Amino acid sequence: MARRLPRRDVVIVGLGWTGSIVAYELARLGLDVVALERGPWRDTASDFNIGTAPDELRYAVRHDIFLRPKQETLTMRNNPSQTALPIRKWGSFLPGNGVGGAGLHWNGQTWRFLPDDFRIRSHMIERYGAGIMPEGNQIQDWPVSYDELEPHYDRFEQVAGISGKAGNIKGKIQPGGNPFEGARAREYPTPPLKQGYAQSLFTKAATDMGLHPFPRPSGNISAAYTNPYGCSMAPCTYCGFCEWFGCANYSKSSPQTCVLPALVREPSFEARTDCEVTKVNLSADGKMATGVTYVDASGEECEQLGDLVLVCAFSLFNVRLLLLSGIGKPYDPATGEGVVGRNYAYQTGSGASAFFEDAKFNPFAAAGSLGVALDDYNSDNFDHGPHGFVGGASITSAHTNGRPIRYHPVPPGTPAWGSAWKKAVKDTYQRVTYVGAQGSVMSYRNNYLDLDPTYKDPLGRPLMRMTFDYQPNEQKMANWMAERCQEIAKAMGANSTRLSRLGVPWSVVPYQTTHNTGGAVMGSDPNTSVLNRYLQSWDVPNVFVMGASAFPQNAGYNPTGTVGALTYWSLEAIFRYLKSPGALVPR
Amino acid sequence: MSGMALRLRHLILLLPLFGAGGAAAGPDNYVDIARGKALTIAGDCVACHTAPRGQPFAGGLALQTPFGEIMAPNITADNTTGIGSWSADDFARAMQEGRRPDGSHLYPAFPYPYYTKVERGDLDAIYAYLRTLQPVENRVDRDTLPFPFNVRLLMKGWNALFFTSGAFKPDPARSAEFNRGAYLAEGLGHCGACHTPFNAFGASRNDKYLEGNQIDNWTAPNITDDPRVGLGKWSVEDIVQYLKTGQNGFSLASGPMKDVVENSTSKMPTSDLKAIAVYLKQRGAASAPTSTPLAAANPRMQAGEAIYVDTCAACHVRNGEGVAHLFPKLAGSAVAIQQDPATLIRIIIAGGRAAATDGFPTSPAMPSLGYRLTDSQVAAVVTYVRNSWGNAAAPVTEETVKARRARITGAAAGD
Repeated sequence: MARRLPRRDVVIVGLGWTGSIVAYELARLGLDVVALERGPWRDTASDFNIGTAPDELRYAVRHDIFLRPKQETLTMRNNPSQTALPIRKWGSFLPGNGVGGAGLHWNGQTWRFLPDDFRIRSHMIERYGAGIMPEGNQIQDWPVSYDELEPHYDRFEQVAGISGKAGNIKGKIQPGGNPFEGARAREYPTPPLKQGYAQSLFTKAATDMGLHPFPRPSGNISAAYTNPYGCSMAPCTYCGFCEWFGCANYSKSSPQTCVLPALVREPSFEARTDCEVTKVNLSADGKMATGVTYVDASGEECEQLGDLVLVCAFSLFNVRLLLLSGIGKPYDPATGEGVVGRNYAYQTGSGASAFFEDAKFNPFAAAGSLGVALDDYNSDNFDHGPHGFVGGASITSAHTNGRPIRYHPVPPGTPAWGSAWKKAVKDTYQRVTYVGAQGSVMSYRNNYLDLDPTYKDPLGRPLMRMTFDYQPNEQKMANWMAERCQEIAKAMGANSTRLSRLGVPWSVVPYQTTHNTGGAVMGSDPNTSVLNRYLQSWDVPNVFVMGASAFPQNAGYNPTGTVGALTYWSLEAIFRYLKSPGALVPR
Repeated sequence: MSGMALRLRHLILLLPLFGAGGAAAGPDNYVDIARGKALTIAGDCVACHTAPRGQPFAGGLALQTPFGEIMAPNITADNTTGIGSWSADDFARAMQEGRRPDGSHLYPAFPYPYYTKVERGDLDAIYAYLRTLQPVENRVDRDTLPFPFNVRLLMKGWNALFFTSGAFKPDPARSAEFNRGAYLAEGLGHCGACHTPFNAFGASRNDKYLEGNQIDNWTAPNITDDPRVGLGKWSVEDIVQYLKTGQNGFSLASGPMKDVVENSTSKMPTSDLKAIAVYLKQRGAASAPTSTPLAAANPRMQAGEAIYVDTCAACHVRNGEGVAHLFPKLAGSAVAIQQDPATLIRIIIAGGRAAATDGFPTSPAMPSLGYRLTDSQVAAVVTYVRNSWGNAAAPVTEETVKARRARITGAAAGD
């Protein structure tokens, strides 16, 4: 029998970006807020000493701050005809563990999706006709527009201190910024990072080709900054230990630098770490959440009562918690009915390596979101008519790191080990750079999440099963993008280039990206979405679900900027809900 | 719960305490209690009278003195282990004369030589406030000093030599604001208890008032108006900002001052902080003689510079300018060039954190680097910081660092 704990106004599952933001905004209204976090407490001062934080073996190889498969894993298959097997070592994506979540270990690339991305289905059909839509797709418009989200993108950027150069302020195109971006209210809070040699070559080559390069918006910030919560950040030192690491310099936007210092001062806030939420509990009629059940560090099962339950775990685990709690009808691809697990999507990566005979790129002087990007081939910024695919990619020249253990690119044909390999590593380290395309992934009938029929976790709960593969539309798009990257690499003066096409079938083994989206998507129709436009559950109105699980499909960008914007958008709705509880959109 | 119900709940909680407290605290002296709370905050009583992770005011913190450890007592209104049985007169006598109700002597680790200046009305308000706190049963060993210091009667002689009892006397030649600042700083605030050097008997040296001292291996810097090592470059507003938010353009509060800011000054009214600032700015300047900087070509400076560039410059910046609100500026820093380099050595070896306040909640950390810097490396980098970018102060030797490290880490010297 679970130990029953006194009711709180708000129960939050997961203390990463979304959990910490909503916790702070609600606690400072005076509400009693408790956050339950599966992993340990982590803060900059206690956990990330400048002398030990850049430890590649500990963090990048041994995954110190990541989820252990024994805590939770997934089963995986490429299509419904296969039998899924458990992931025993995280590979293609790395879920975080502990306070800060993915916001602790990310690179900091902080994008706004483009206005067309939010109505991609309508837009593509209007411009190209229904014939352009890929086979088996379940692409759907977002239930919110870019203009509605703009103030919330702005809020997140201000809290995170993002460095960048605006391309469009209130409709006026700004030199040096991204001319394709949606109109912004104002400039970024801090100016762009300094770029390296590769980025200067890229900028010149792309400009000469008639493209529109601009500095990538960055959560490794360029200047001292104090955010609206009073939290202070320091300029990035370009140490190149961002992705998979905590930042000891207070330079990476994260819950640790941007929110937690203010949050922990709120007297009505409590964080309980090493507490794994196993279920959101529902009233007898299933129409209201009564709180959550969790298992604490000692293994004791507790029931935390609460008026409002905010599900703020990583996208995949949000979906699993809904499935385990019976919130929303599980998706069944055979019938096309049900919603939870529907429209799981991911991200494509393709591009071209550029080898130079005489160059010094100094890849170690880097930052996770350093780089120059261009959006000429993203979303519908170019004519899709001749190409026959939907979607696009942001194309970037970047060095995120030149770390000693794992960064050793070599030219094609180099042996995988031995003295020839060593010589190639030494000869190549300073003379290679990469032009990459990070592309959208649309949603499809057969890419989805459900509970595995066979495999269970240590608490006896079914693992979640991921059924996913890159579809022909994504392959066509990503491989076309790789050729665009190669064109630019050649124009930069590369003596030779190597194309990186999209790897198919999708493999869970090599690291690709932790941009897992969808499965609990927001929408206008309860038959095709789990959440209404305010991230409120259609079925259980005192449950809100934050994060990239709400994306109806993924765009050609990193998700965090949009996750942040949706969080503030939803918060505004939660403030209304608190005054008048109930469904914010009639079913 | 409605606001009314909340207020009722508080009233119900308070009533039995007023009942138990007797004459001093009745339900009609809310104003006194609120004032007493503000004064208790100004005196930062909680800092010494609370053990790590203990109940506030329930005592049990070991105060390190040159004569041994003294355990701060429980000052909640518990009848057997706290001061529940004390009258307002008993309380005033302890504060003004350093004597217990039975007449025995308190040690001046309890800074009654400062508290003696506090007016009786203020003492009664503090007393009234303390009696509203939840009584906590927590017995504290009050006799931890070794012989001969455990003989409390010795304090009679000490008092005869070093203690002048008597309330604060305003200086009619000064402004009311200055006098308010003096009353707070010299009395309840007991600034001098840390910032004034001790003599061999552990008494504050009045001839060196506020010229700096060493507390728990930290330097409590000179806070006279001296432009080099004191507050001379700070404006009144700079001092107020520092006390209110824990930082200003010159410095970030860390070490014991972090606790003072967090528990006390950040919660004080700005008018009182301004009064203290006016007092500190106007009462004068005093310091030890100026040093001449070591030449950059000095081998110790060169060794120190190499370490600084490798280990320190990422945050404190190559030119010692630091980063606003996070990483203290070292160029021109008064803390860096105090005669006593204890803070620099300590913070490099053991690390530290800056104060967290509502204004600046981040509380940035200086990581401990003692695990990877030898004594001679610490000495070199401290010497470099003390003699670069316009700074000038005596060099620091390996032996000084070695002795200091032993005290900081608790390891025996020579290990």
